[in-house]
Amino acid sequence: MPSPRYRREMPQRYRLEAGKCKGCGKIFFPPRLICNKCSSQNFEKVTLPENGKIITFTIIRVAPQQFEAEVPYAIAIVELENGVRITTQVVDCDPEKLEIGNSVKLVFRKVQAEGKTGIILYGYKAVLV
Amino acid sequence: MRDVYVIGCGMTKFGEIWESSFRDLFVEAGLKAIKDAGVDHLDSMYVGTMTSGLFIGQEHVGALMADYLGMAPIPAVRVESACCSSGMALRMGFLDIASGNSDVVLAGGVEKMNDGADVTYALSTAADQEYEVYQGITFPGLYALIARAHMNKYGTTRKQLAQVAVKNHHNGSMNPNAQFPREVTLEQVMNATLVADPLTILDSSPVSDGGACVILASEEIAKKLQKPMIKIIGSGAATDFLALHQREDITALKAVKVSAERAYKMAGVKPSDIDIAEVHDCFTIAEICILEELGFCEKGQGGKFTEQGHTSLEGKIPVNTSGGLKSKGHPVGATGVAQVIEVVEQLSGKAGQRQVKNVKIGLAQNMGGSGASSVTHIFSLM
Repeated sequence: MPSPRYRREMPQRYRLEAGKCKGCGKIFFPPRLICNKCSSQNFEKVTLPENGKIITFTIIRVAPQQFEAEVPYAIAIVELENGVRITTQVVDCDPEKLEIGNSVKLVFRKVQAEGKTGIILYGYKAVLV
Repeated sequence: MRDVYVIGCGMTKFGEIWESSFRDLFVEAGLKAIKDAGVDHLDSMYVGTMTSGLFIGQEHVGALMADYLGMAPIPAVRVESACCSSGMALRMGFLDIASGNSDVVLAGGVEKMNDGADVTYALSTAADQEYEVYQGITFPGLYALIARAHMNKYGTTRKQLAQVAVKNHHNGSMNPNAQFPREVTLEQVMNATLVADPLTILDSSPVSDGGACVILASEEIAKKLQKPMIKIIGSGAATDFLALHQREDITALKAVKVSAERAYKMAGVKPSDIDIAEVHDCFTIAEICILEELGFCEKGQGGKFTEQGHTSLEGKIPVNTSGGLKSKGHPVGATGVAQVIEVVEQLSGKAGQRQVKNVKIGLAQNMGGSGASSVTHIFSLM
Protein backbone atom coordinates (compact mmCIF):
# COMPACT_ATOMS: atom_id res chain seq x y z
CA MET A 1 0.00 0.00 0.00
CA PRO A 2 1.56 3.33 -1.06
CA SER A 3 2.47 5.66 1.80
CA PRO A 4 0.19 8.65 0.92
CA ARG A 5 -2.79 6.34 1.01
CA TYR A 6 -1.71 4.87 4.31
CA ARG A 7 -1.29 8.30 5.86
CA ARG A 8 -4.81 9.25 4.72
CA GLU A 9 -6.23 6.19 6.46
CA MET A 10 -4.49 6.73 9.81
CA PRO A 11 -7.59 8.20 11.53
CA GLN A 12 -9.39 4.90 10.90
CA ARG A 13 -6.47 2.52 11.41
CA TYR A 14 -5.04 4.24 14.52
CA ARG A 15 -8.08 5.84 16.15
CA LEU A 16 -11.14 3.98 14.80
CA GLU A 17 -12.75 7.18 13.57
CA ALA A 18 -16.14 6.63 11.94
CA GLY A 19 -18.82 8.90 10.49
CA LYS A 20 -22.29 9.14 12.06
CA CYS A 21 -25.06 10.35 9.75
CA LYS A 22 -26.79 13.40 11.19
CA GLY A 23 -29.90 12.52 9.17
CA CYS A 24 -30.64 8.98 10.36
CA GLY A 25 -27.93 8.11 12.88
CA LYS A 26 -26.36 5.29 10.86
CA ILE A 27 -22.64 4.89 11.60
CA PHE A 28 -20.23 4.24 8.73
CA PHE A 29 -16.75 2.81 9.04
CA PRO A 30 -14.91 4.03 7.09
CA PRO A 31 -16.70 7.40 6.93
CA ARG A 32 -18.60 8.14 3.70
CA LEU A 33 -19.57 11.33 1.92
CA ILE A 34 -23.23 10.33 1.49
CA CYS A 35 -25.50 8.10 3.58
CA ASN A 36 -26.81 5.10 1.64
CA LYS A 37 -29.87 4.96 3.88
CA CYS A 38 -31.17 8.57 3.95
CA SER A 39 -28.90 10.34 1.40
CA SER A 40 -27.81 12.95 3.96
CA GLN A 41 -24.37 14.45 3.41
CA ASN A 42 -24.01 15.68 7.00
CA PHE A 43 -21.89 13.55 9.29
CA GLU A 44 -20.27 13.90 12.68
CA LYS A 45 -17.05 12.17 13.70
CA VAL A 46 -17.49 9.35 16.23
CA THR A 47 -15.06 6.80 17.65
CA LEU A 48 -15.89 3.10 17.39
CA PRO A 49 -16.14 1.07 20.60
CA GLU A 50 -13.27 -1.41 21.02
CA ASN A 51 -15.36 -4.34 22.19
CA GLY A 52 -17.45 -6.69 20.11
CA LYS A 53 -18.35 -10.26 19.17
CA ILE A 54 -17.29 -12.62 16.38
CA ILE A 55 -20.10 -12.99 13.80
CA THR A 56 -18.18 -15.40 11.56
CA PHE A 57 -14.53 -16.31 11.04
CA THR A 58 -12.08 -18.34 8.99
CA ILE A 59 -8.48 -19.49 9.21
CA ILE A 60 -6.41 -18.33 6.24
CA ARG A 61 -3.97 -21.04 5.15
CA VAL A 62 -3.04 -19.67 1.70
CA ALA A 63 -2.19 -15.98 1.93
CA PRO A 64 -1.06 -13.17 -0.39
CA GLN A 65 2.73 -12.61 -0.37
CA GLN A 66 2.76 -9.94 2.36
CA PHE A 67 0.95 -12.25 4.81
CA GLU A 68 2.65 -15.55 3.87
CA ALA A 69 4.85 -15.62 6.98
CA GLU A 70 1.80 -15.47 9.25
CA VAL A 71 -0.25 -18.47 8.05
CA PRO A 72 -2.32 -19.95 9.52
CA TYR A 73 -4.06 -16.86 10.87
CA ALA A 74 -7.66 -16.16 11.87
CA ILE A 75 -9.80 -13.47 10.30
CA ALA A 76 -13.27 -12.62 11.57
CA ILE A 77 -16.14 -10.30 10.94
CA VAL A 78 -16.61 -8.62 14.31
CA GLU A 79 -19.76 -6.77 15.34
CA LEU A 80 -18.80 -3.95 17.68
CA GLU A 81 -20.97 -2.81 20.56
CA ASN A 82 -22.62 -0.09 18.46
CA GLY A 83 -23.56 -2.54 15.69
CA VAL A 84 -20.78 -1.56 13.25
CA ARG A 85 -19.08 -4.56 11.66
CA ILE A 86 -15.45 -4.80 10.59
CA THR A 87 -13.15 -7.43 9.09
CA THR A 88 -10.10 -8.02 11.28
CA GLN A 89 -7.50 -10.60 12.21
CA VAL A 90 -7.97 -12.32 15.57
CA VAL A 91 -4.55 -12.81 17.17
CA ASP A 92 -2.88 -14.11 20.36
CA CYS A 93 -5.15 -17.17 20.24
CA ASP A 94 -5.35 -20.72 18.94
CA PRO A 95 -7.34 -20.16 15.71
CA GLU A 96 -8.67 -23.73 15.91
CA LYS A 97 -10.47 -22.94 19.17
CA LEU A 98 -12.34 -19.82 18.01
CA GLU A 99 -16.13 -19.86 18.00
CA ILE A 100 -18.87 -17.64 16.66
CA GLY A 101 -20.02 -15.44 19.56
CA ASN A 102 -16.56 -15.09 21.17
CA SER A 103 -16.07 -11.67 22.80
CA VAL A 104 -13.12 -9.71 21.45
CA LYS A 105 -11.42 -6.35 21.94
CA LEU A 106 -9.61 -4.32 19.27
CA VAL A 107 -5.92 -3.61 19.88
CA PHE A 108 -3.26 -1.62 18.01
CA ARG A 109 -0.83 -3.86 16.09
CA LYS A 110 1.51 -4.09 13.13
CA VAL A 111 -0.57 -5.35 10.19
CA GLN A 112 1.88 -5.52 7.27
CA ALA A 113 4.95 -3.85 5.75
CA GLU A 114 5.78 -2.21 2.44
CA GLY A 115 8.28 -4.82 1.34
CA LYS A 116 11.68 -5.13 3.04
CA THR A 117 12.60 -1.44 2.95
CA GLY A 118 9.26 0.41 3.08
CA ILE A 119 7.28 1.68 6.03
CA ILE A 120 5.59 -0.58 8.56
CA LEU A 121 1.80 -0.45 8.38
CA TYR A 122 -0.20 -0.52 11.61
CA GLY A 123 -3.84 -0.86 12.45
CA TYR A 124 -6.37 -2.77 14.52
CA LYS A 125 -6.50 -6.48 15.28
CA ALA A 126 -8.77 -8.31 17.70
CA VAL A 127 -7.85 -10.35 20.78
CA LEU A 128 -10.12 -12.56 22.85
CA VAL A 129 -11.37 -11.10 26.15
CA MET B 1 -36.25 -2.45 -27.33
CA ARG B 2 -35.36 -4.83 -30.17
CA ASP B 3 -35.09 -8.59 -29.65
CA VAL B 4 -31.54 -9.97 -29.39
CA TYR B 5 -30.37 -13.47 -30.35
CA VAL B 6 -27.22 -15.51 -29.73
CA ILE B 7 -26.09 -16.70 -33.17
CA GLY B 8 -22.60 -18.08 -32.52
CA CYS B 9 -20.38 -19.44 -29.77
CA GLY B 10 -16.67 -20.12 -29.41
CA MET B 11 -14.41 -20.93 -26.49
CA THR B 12 -10.94 -22.25 -25.81
CA LYS B 13 -10.27 -25.20 -23.57
CA PHE B 14 -9.91 -23.92 -19.99
CA GLY B 15 -6.80 -24.76 -17.99
CA GLU B 16 -3.12 -24.01 -17.78
CA ILE B 17 -2.72 -23.06 -21.42
CA TRP B 18 1.03 -22.37 -21.57
CA GLU B 19 1.18 -22.20 -25.36
CA SER B 20 -1.37 -19.40 -25.77
CA SER B 21 -1.03 -15.76 -24.78
CA PHE B 22 -3.78 -13.55 -23.36
CA ARG B 23 -4.56 -12.17 -26.81
CA ASP B 24 -4.35 -15.60 -28.49
CA LEU B 25 -6.93 -17.02 -26.08
CA PHE B 26 -9.41 -14.27 -26.89
CA VAL B 27 -8.80 -14.34 -30.63
CA GLU B 28 -9.10 -18.15 -30.77
CA ALA B 29 -12.49 -17.95 -29.04
CA GLY B 30 -13.56 -14.97 -31.15
CA LEU B 31 -12.68 -16.61 -34.47
CA LYS B 32 -14.55 -19.78 -33.48
CA ALA B 33 -17.62 -17.71 -32.54
CA ILE B 34 -17.52 -15.71 -35.78
CA LYS B 35 -17.20 -18.93 -37.82
CA ASP B 36 -20.01 -20.59 -35.86
CA ALA B 37 -22.27 -17.56 -36.45
CA GLY B 38 -21.37 -17.35 -40.13
CA VAL B 39 -21.19 -13.56 -40.12
CA ASP B 40 -18.76 -11.51 -42.18
CA HIS B 41 -18.51 -8.41 -40.00
CA LEU B 42 -19.01 -7.04 -36.48
CA ASP B 43 -20.50 -3.67 -35.59
CA SER B 44 -18.85 -3.53 -32.17
CA MET B 45 -17.33 -5.68 -29.43
CA TYR B 46 -17.25 -5.86 -25.65
CA VAL B 47 -14.40 -7.66 -23.89
CA GLY B 48 -14.66 -8.76 -20.27
CA THR B 49 -11.47 -9.18 -18.29
CA MET B 50 -11.06 -8.74 -14.58
CA THR B 51 -7.50 -7.70 -13.94
CA SER B 52 -5.28 -8.20 -16.97
CA GLY B 53 -3.23 -5.29 -15.62
CA LEU B 54 -2.23 -7.29 -12.55
CA PHE B 55 -2.08 -10.69 -14.24
CA ILE B 56 0.00 -9.73 -17.28
CA GLY B 57 0.51 -5.94 -17.15
CA GLN B 58 -1.84 -5.30 -20.06
CA GLU B 59 -4.68 -2.76 -20.09
CA HIS B 60 -6.45 -1.13 -23.08
CA VAL B 61 -7.87 -4.53 -23.85
CA GLY B 62 -10.75 -3.50 -26.13
CA ALA B 63 -8.40 -1.99 -28.70
CA LEU B 64 -5.87 -4.82 -28.38
CA MET B 65 -8.48 -7.47 -29.13
CA ALA B 66 -10.15 -5.57 -31.99
CA ASP B 67 -6.68 -5.18 -33.51
CA TYR B 68 -5.66 -8.86 -33.16
CA LEU B 69 -9.08 -10.11 -34.25
CA GLY B 70 -8.55 -8.12 -37.45
CA MET B 71 -11.63 -6.04 -36.70
CA ALA B 72 -10.18 -2.55 -36.13
CA PRO B 73 -11.55 0.14 -36.60
CA ILE B 74 -14.80 -1.17 -35.03
CA PRO B 75 -15.61 0.26 -31.59
CA ALA B 76 -14.35 -2.08 -28.87
CA VAL B 77 -14.34 -1.56 -25.13
CA ARG B 78 -13.30 -3.55 -22.10
CA VAL B 79 -15.96 -4.24 -19.47
CA GLU B 80 -14.88 -4.87 -15.89
CA SER B 81 -16.94 -6.08 -12.97
CA ALA B 82 -14.47 -8.43 -11.28
CA CYS B 83 -15.49 -12.08 -11.86
CA CYS B 84 -18.66 -11.08 -13.75
CA SER B 85 -16.81 -8.95 -16.30
CA SER B 86 -17.93 -10.97 -19.30
CA GLY B 87 -21.47 -11.45 -18.00
CA MET B 88 -21.60 -7.66 -17.94
CA ALA B 89 -19.92 -7.52 -21.39
CA LEU B 90 -22.76 -9.69 -22.69
CA ARG B 91 -25.26 -7.28 -21.16
CA MET B 92 -23.54 -4.34 -22.88
CA GLY B 93 -23.73 -6.17 -26.21
CA PHE B 94 -27.39 -7.00 -25.55
CA LEU B 95 -28.18 -3.34 -24.85
CA ASP B 96 -26.20 -2.20 -27.90
CA ILE B 97 -28.36 -4.32 -30.22
CA ALA B 98 -31.61 -3.83 -28.28
CA SER B 99 -31.18 -0.07 -28.59
CA GLY B 100 -30.89 -0.28 -32.37
CA ASN B 101 -27.32 1.01 -32.37
CA SER B 102 -25.71 -2.22 -33.67
CA ASP B 103 -26.86 -5.35 -35.51
CA VAL B 104 -23.96 -7.77 -34.94
CA VAL B 105 -21.91 -7.63 -31.74
CA LEU B 106 -19.19 -9.83 -30.26
CA ALA B 107 -19.35 -10.20 -26.47
CA GLY B 108 -16.57 -12.15 -24.88
CA GLY B 109 -14.18 -12.54 -22.04
CA VAL B 110 -10.65 -13.69 -21.36
CA GLU B 111 -8.21 -14.12 -18.49
CA LYS B 112 -4.59 -15.26 -18.38
CA MET B 113 -3.97 -16.21 -14.75
CA ASN B 114 -0.98 -18.55 -15.11
CA ASP B 115 1.69 -16.15 -16.38
CA GLY B 116 3.38 -15.73 -13.00
CA ALA B 117 1.37 -13.11 -11.10
CA ASP B 118 0.47 -13.38 -7.39
CA VAL B 119 -3.00 -14.77 -8.15
CA THR B 120 -4.26 -14.62 -4.56
CA TYR B 121 -3.44 -10.92 -4.42
CA ALA B 122 -4.76 -10.12 -7.90
CA LEU B 123 -8.12 -11.75 -7.13
CA SER B 124 -8.34 -10.06 -3.74
CA THR B 125 -8.50 -6.66 -5.45
CA ALA B 126 -12.18 -7.41 -6.14
CA ALA B 127 -12.75 -6.98 -2.39
CA ASP B 128 -12.46 -3.73 -0.41
CA GLN B 129 -8.74 -2.99 -0.70
CA GLU B 130 -8.64 -0.66 2.29
CA TYR B 131 -10.86 -2.47 4.81
CA GLU B 132 -10.81 -6.15 3.86
CA VAL B 133 -7.65 -6.91 1.88
CA TYR B 134 -5.48 -4.71 4.13
CA GLN B 135 -6.30 -7.02 7.05
CA GLY B 136 -5.15 -10.12 5.16
CA ILE B 137 -8.40 -11.55 3.80
CA THR B 138 -8.38 -13.60 0.58
CA PHE B 139 -11.19 -14.66 -1.75
CA PRO B 140 -11.42 -18.18 -0.37
CA GLY B 141 -11.40 -16.42 3.02
CA LEU B 142 -14.42 -14.25 2.18
CA TYR B 143 -16.43 -17.24 0.98
CA ALA B 144 -15.30 -19.17 4.05
CA LEU B 145 -16.77 -16.37 6.20
CA ILE B 146 -20.05 -16.79 4.29
CA ALA B 147 -19.87 -20.60 4.61
CA ARG B 148 -19.37 -20.60 8.35
CA ALA B 149 -22.18 -18.07 8.84
CA HIS B 150 -24.49 -20.17 6.63
CA MET B 151 -23.64 -23.36 8.51
CA ASN B 152 -24.24 -21.58 11.82
CA LYS B 153 -27.53 -19.97 10.80
CA TYR B 154 -29.14 -22.73 8.72
CA GLY B 155 -27.38 -25.93 9.72
CA THR B 156 -25.75 -26.37 6.32
CA THR B 157 -23.25 -29.23 6.61
CA ARG B 158 -19.68 -29.78 5.49
CA LYS B 159 -20.97 -32.75 3.49
CA GLN B 160 -23.56 -30.63 1.66
CA LEU B 161 -20.82 -28.23 0.57
CA ALA B 162 -18.83 -31.18 -0.77
CA GLN B 163 -21.84 -32.46 -2.68
CA VAL B 164 -21.75 -29.34 -4.87
CA ALA B 165 -18.17 -30.19 -5.91
CA VAL B 166 -18.98 -33.87 -6.47
CA LYS B 167 -21.96 -33.02 -8.70
CA ASN B 168 -20.11 -30.37 -10.71
CA HIS B 169 -17.07 -32.58 -11.26
CA HIS B 170 -19.39 -35.36 -12.44
CA ASN B 171 -20.89 -32.97 -15.02
CA GLY B 172 -17.50 -31.59 -15.95
CA SER B 173 -16.15 -35.10 -16.54
CA MET B 174 -18.28 -35.05 -19.71
CA ASN B 175 -17.10 -31.62 -20.90
CA PRO B 176 -14.12 -31.68 -23.30
CA ASN B 177 -13.36 -28.00 -22.55
CA ALA B 178 -13.14 -28.53 -18.78
CA GLN B 179 -9.87 -27.92 -16.93
CA PHE B 180 -10.49 -30.82 -14.52
CA PRO B 181 -12.78 -33.23 -16.38
CA ARG B 182 -12.74 -35.88 -13.68
CA GLU B 183 -14.91 -37.16 -10.84
CA VAL B 184 -14.16 -36.43 -7.19
CA THR B 185 -15.62 -38.17 -4.14
CA LEU B 186 -17.19 -36.66 -1.03
CA GLU B 187 -14.26 -37.93 1.03
CA GLN B 188 -11.71 -36.38 -1.33
CA VAL B 189 -13.41 -32.98 -1.11
CA MET B 190 -13.86 -33.04 2.67
CA ASN B 191 -10.34 -34.31 3.36
CA ALA B 192 -8.52 -32.12 0.86
CA THR B 193 -6.03 -29.45 1.97
CA LEU B 194 -7.75 -26.58 3.78
CA VAL B 195 -7.45 -23.21 2.04
CA ALA B 196 -9.62 -21.16 4.40
CA ASP B 197 -11.58 -23.15 6.97
CA PRO B 198 -14.05 -24.71 6.37
CA LEU B 199 -13.26 -24.59 2.63
CA THR B 200 -10.75 -26.98 1.09
CA ILE B 201 -8.96 -26.72 -2.21
CA LEU B 202 -11.67 -28.96 -3.72
CA ASP B 203 -14.37 -26.50 -2.61
CA SER B 204 -12.59 -23.89 -4.73
CA SER B 205 -12.64 -23.17 -8.44
CA PRO B 206 -9.20 -23.46 -10.05
CA VAL B 207 -6.80 -20.84 -11.42
CA SER B 208 -7.36 -20.93 -15.17
CA ASP B 209 -6.49 -19.48 -18.52
CA GLY B 210 -9.20 -19.26 -21.15
CA GLY B 211 -11.34 -17.25 -23.50
CA ALA B 212 -15.00 -17.38 -24.48
CA CYS B 213 -16.98 -15.37 -27.05
CA VAL B 214 -20.52 -15.21 -28.38
CA ILE B 215 -21.95 -13.33 -31.33
CA LEU B 216 -25.21 -11.48 -30.73
CA ALA B 217 -27.48 -10.27 -33.49
CA SER B 218 -30.77 -8.56 -34.20
CA GLU B 219 -33.81 -10.66 -35.20
CA GLU B 220 -33.47 -9.68 -38.84
CA ILE B 221 -29.97 -11.10 -39.06
CA ALA B 222 -30.62 -14.13 -36.84
CA LYS B 223 -33.58 -15.21 -39.02
CA LYS B 224 -31.45 -15.39 -42.16
CA LEU B 225 -29.13 -17.99 -40.63
CA GLN B 226 -31.49 -21.01 -40.65
CA LYS B 227 -30.29 -22.16 -37.20
CA PRO B 228 -32.05 -22.71 -33.85
CA MET B 229 -33.23 -19.26 -32.71
CA ILE B 230 -31.94 -18.59 -29.21
CA LYS B 231 -33.26 -15.35 -27.80
CA ILE B 232 -32.10 -13.40 -24.76
CA ILE B 233 -35.47 -12.96 -23.05
CA GLY B 234 -34.20 -11.44 -19.81
CA SER B 235 -31.19 -9.44 -18.63
CA GLY B 236 -30.75 -8.10 -15.11
CA ALA B 237 -27.79 -6.65 -13.22
CA ALA B 238 -27.41 -5.38 -9.67
CA THR B 239 -24.89 -4.26 -7.04
CA ASP B 240 -24.50 -4.50 -3.26
CA PHE B 241 -22.09 -3.31 -0.53
CA LEU B 242 -18.56 -4.09 -1.74
CA ALA B 243 -17.34 -5.20 1.70
CA LEU B 244 -18.94 -8.39 2.97
CA HIS B 245 -18.95 -7.11 6.56
CA GLN B 246 -21.22 -4.17 5.67
CA ARG B 247 -24.07 -6.41 4.52
CA GLU B 248 -26.89 -6.87 7.00
CA ASP B 249 -27.01 -10.63 6.37
CA ILE B 250 -23.62 -12.24 5.70
CA THR B 251 -25.35 -15.28 4.14
CA ALA B 252 -27.41 -13.26 1.64
CA LEU B 253 -26.25 -12.37 -1.88
CA LYS B 254 -28.66 -9.50 -2.46
CA ALA B 255 -27.18 -8.47 -5.82
CA VAL B 256 -27.79 -12.00 -7.11
CA LYS B 257 -31.39 -11.92 -5.93
CA VAL B 258 -32.09 -8.48 -7.44
CA SER B 259 -30.32 -9.25 -10.74
CA ALA B 260 -32.42 -12.43 -11.05
CA GLU B 261 -35.67 -10.66 -10.17
CA ARG B 262 -34.96 -8.10 -12.90
CA ALA B 263 -34.20 -10.82 -15.45
CA TYR B 264 -37.27 -12.87 -14.50
CA LYS B 265 -39.44 -9.75 -14.81
CA MET B 266 -38.11 -8.85 -18.25
CA ALA B 267 -38.49 -12.45 -19.42
CA GLY B 268 -41.94 -12.89 -17.88
CA VAL B 269 -40.91 -16.21 -16.31
CA LYS B 270 -40.68 -17.69 -12.79
CA PRO B 271 -37.87 -19.75 -11.22
CA SER B 272 -39.98 -22.89 -11.80
CA ASP B 273 -39.95 -22.18 -15.57
CA ILE B 274 -36.17 -22.52 -15.78
CA ASP B 275 -35.04 -25.88 -17.24
CA ILE B 276 -31.26 -25.57 -16.59
CA ALA B 277 -29.00 -22.99 -14.94
CA GLU B 278 -25.32 -22.12 -15.01
CA VAL B 279 -24.45 -20.32 -11.77
CA HIS B 280 -21.32 -18.76 -10.29
CA ASP B 281 -19.92 -21.62 -8.16
CA CYS B 282 -16.52 -20.02 -7.53
CA PHE B 283 -16.69 -21.87 -4.18
CA THR B 284 -19.15 -24.61 -3.22
CA ILE B 285 -20.91 -22.34 -0.70
CA ALA B 286 -21.56 -19.82 -3.49
CA GLU B 287 -23.70 -22.31 -5.44
CA ILE B 288 -25.71 -23.08 -2.30
CA CYS B 289 -26.41 -19.38 -1.63
CA ILE B 290 -27.20 -18.71 -5.31
CA LEU B 291 -29.78 -21.55 -5.48
CA GLU B 292 -31.59 -19.70 -2.70
CA GLU B 293 -31.28 -16.22 -4.24
CA LEU B 294 -32.45 -17.41 -7.68
CA GLY B 295 -35.59 -18.78 -6.02
CA PHE B 296 -34.94 -22.46 -6.81
CA CYS B 297 -35.37 -23.27 -3.10
CA GLU B 298 -36.18 -21.48 0.16
CA LYS B 299 -33.58 -19.28 1.89
CA GLY B 300 -31.30 -21.48 3.96
CA GLN B 301 -32.28 -24.69 2.12
CA GLY B 302 -29.61 -24.64 -0.62
CA GLY B 303 -27.52 -27.32 1.09
CA LYS B 304 -30.45 -29.66 1.62
CA PHE B 305 -31.72 -28.98 -1.93
CA THR B 306 -28.33 -30.07 -3.28
CA GLU B 307 -28.19 -33.13 -1.00
CA GLN B 308 -31.61 -34.23 -2.25
CA GLY B 309 -30.24 -34.29 -5.81
CA HIS B 310 -32.53 -31.60 -7.24
CA THR B 311 -29.61 -29.86 -8.99
CA SER B 312 -28.09 -32.96 -10.61
CA LEU B 313 -28.40 -33.71 -14.34
CA GLU B 314 -31.48 -35.83 -13.58
CA GLY B 315 -32.88 -33.43 -10.97
CA LYS B 316 -35.73 -30.95 -11.27
CA ILE B 317 -33.36 -28.05 -12.01
CA PRO B 318 -29.96 -29.24 -13.31
CA VAL B 319 -27.36 -26.66 -12.22
CA ASN B 320 -23.92 -26.24 -13.77
CA THR B 321 -24.29 -28.96 -16.38
CA SER B 322 -20.96 -27.74 -17.83
CA GLY B 323 -19.13 -28.66 -14.63
CA GLY B 324 -19.41 -25.09 -13.41
CA LEU B 325 -16.48 -22.92 -12.46
CA LYS B 326 -15.46 -25.74 -10.14
CA SER B 327 -14.62 -28.38 -12.77
CA LYS B 328 -14.67 -26.48 -16.06
CA GLY B 329 -12.32 -23.82 -14.69
CA HIS B 330 -12.62 -20.13 -13.85
CA PRO B 331 -10.55 -17.78 -16.00
CA VAL B 332 -12.38 -14.97 -14.22
CA GLY B 333 -12.99 -12.61 -17.13
CA ALA B 334 -14.14 -15.42 -19.45
CA THR B 335 -16.50 -17.19 -17.06
CA GLY B 336 -19.73 -15.26 -17.70
CA VAL B 337 -19.72 -15.86 -21.45
CA ALA B 338 -18.57 -19.48 -21.02
CA GLN B 339 -21.69 -20.02 -18.87
CA VAL B 340 -23.81 -18.60 -21.70
CA ILE B 341 -22.17 -20.98 -24.18
CA GLU B 342 -23.24 -23.96 -22.04
CA VAL B 343 -26.82 -22.67 -21.87
CA VAL B 344 -26.87 -22.18 -25.67
CA GLU B 345 -25.48 -25.69 -26.22
CA GLN B 346 -28.13 -27.18 -23.94
CA LEU B 347 -30.88 -25.20 -25.71
CA SER B 348 -29.55 -26.34 -29.11
CA GLY B 349 -29.31 -29.99 -28.06
CA LYS B 350 -25.52 -29.98 -28.59
CA ALA B 351 -24.34 -30.71 -25.04
CA GLY B 352 -23.34 -34.30 -25.81
CA GLN B 353 -23.22 -36.72 -22.90
CA ARG B 354 -24.37 -34.06 -20.46
CA GLN B 355 -27.41 -33.03 -22.52
CA VAL B 356 -30.55 -32.50 -20.45
CA LYS B 357 -33.86 -33.46 -22.14
CA ASN B 358 -36.41 -30.88 -23.30
CA VAL B 359 -34.49 -27.72 -22.44
CA LYS B 360 -36.55 -24.71 -23.53
CA ILE B 361 -35.45 -22.00 -21.09
CA GLY B 362 -31.99 -21.62 -19.54
CA LEU B 363 -30.46 -19.16 -17.09
CA ALA B 364 -26.89 -17.92 -16.61
CA GLN B 365 -25.86 -16.08 -13.43
CA ASN B 366 -22.42 -14.54 -13.05
CA MET B 367 -21.19 -12.57 -10.04
CA GLY B 368 -18.31 -10.37 -9.02
CA GLY B 369 -16.20 -10.45 -5.87
CA SER B 370 -17.97 -11.72 -2.79
CA GLY B 371 -21.26 -10.89 -4.51
CA ALA B 372 -21.15 -7.09 -4.78
CA SER B 373 -22.16 -7.32 -8.42
CA SER B 374 -24.24 -9.87 -10.27
CA VAL B 375 -25.72 -10.27 -13.73
CA THR B 376 -28.40 -12.77 -14.74
CA HIS B 377 -29.50 -13.63 -18.27
CA ILE B 378 -32.37 -15.85 -19.38
CA PHE B 379 -32.41 -17.53 -22.79
CA SER B 380 -35.22 -19.20 -24.68
CA LEU B 381 -35.29 -21.55 -27.66
CA MET B 382 -37.89 -19.89 -29.92
